[in-house]
Amino acid sequence: MAKMTLEELRKLRNSQKGEMERRDVEGKETHIIVGMGTCGIAAGAKDALDGFLDAIKANDLNDVVVKQTGCMGLCYSEPTVEVKVPGMPDIIYGNVNAAVAKEIVEKHIMHKQMVQDHIQDKPAGDIIK
Amino acid sequence: MHYSLSDMILDLVQNSIEAGSRLIRLDLNRENNFLTVRLTDDGCGMTEGELEKAKDPFYSDGIKHKHRKVGLGIPFLIQTVEQTDGLFDIHSEKNKGTSLNIRFNLGHYDTPPEGDWPGLFMQTLCFEGDYELIINRMITGENGSESAYTLQRTELQDVLGDFNESGAMLLLRDYLRSQEEDLSV
Repeated sequence: MAKMTLEELRKLRNSQKGEMERRDVEGKETHIIVGMGTCGIAAGAKDALDGFLDAIKANDLNDVVVKQTGCMGLCYSEPTVEVKVPGMPDIIYGNVNAAVAKEIVEKHIMHKQMVQDHIQDKPAGDIIK
Repeated sequence: MHYSLSDMILDLVQNSIEAGSRLIRLDLNRENNFLTVRLTDDGCGMTEGELEKAKDPFYSDGIKHKHRKVGLGIPFLIQTVEQTDGLFDIHSEKNKGTSLNIRFNLGHYDTPPEGDWPGLFMQTLCFEGDYELIINRMITGENGSESAYTLQRTELQDVLGDFNESGAMLLLRDYLRSQEEDLSV
């Protein structure tokens, strides 16, 4: 990759924004919140974050907000990630590596199917099987 | 304890942000086998007494983590530097700010790996809050040649908008990686 200038970055951002407006996103955003405390980072939260970004890029998603947060108190299952999708219960996933991140994007975010093996904190049993 | 030097620096920048700093400067200069890190902020600072406590692993002010009895960011850093022939120096003035000077000896067998610098920069730029962060990254070659780049948070926000929007974060990641890849001496 050649060194990008700020002007090039601005152009890329503007063309990206133009694309988004054409697609008429309804303002309904998906939130991905990655736990990046010391425990998360030690367990590979950076790889998970990169995995999410790569999957978002590969699938051309554009109404996703990605945030980092501190430790969520589930250090035994780091990296942990909270996923909020409109119309679905908020879910905390544990042991999320880059491959699981990809799975979360492709199943949970794109097809509203939870990634069962990695759910740490789930709503009542009658909501999910 | 953190695996890489870049993760240790993350804790320090986070300290600056949590100290309410408006302006934070982070300079990283690698010259031969030494990495010099300088961090200055205009946050709440510490009194001499508080500064001594910050060096004690069995002290925490208890504000961020209510029940925690330890504060390990600075103590682990001091331990690493002492074990690997590096240098560490911290100055702080109450209500003025704090500055840190660290020199890592990259040639020492026990110095942790440097880690992912563009990844660190992305993390430090993406914290919430209204702070300015200026990062200077430089590599100086044996013959004195310099290769460097500078990042300024407000300037990048002006170009990209909210970093948390995934499109902006993807471009920020590409931008930071391209700056790092271009470094050469």
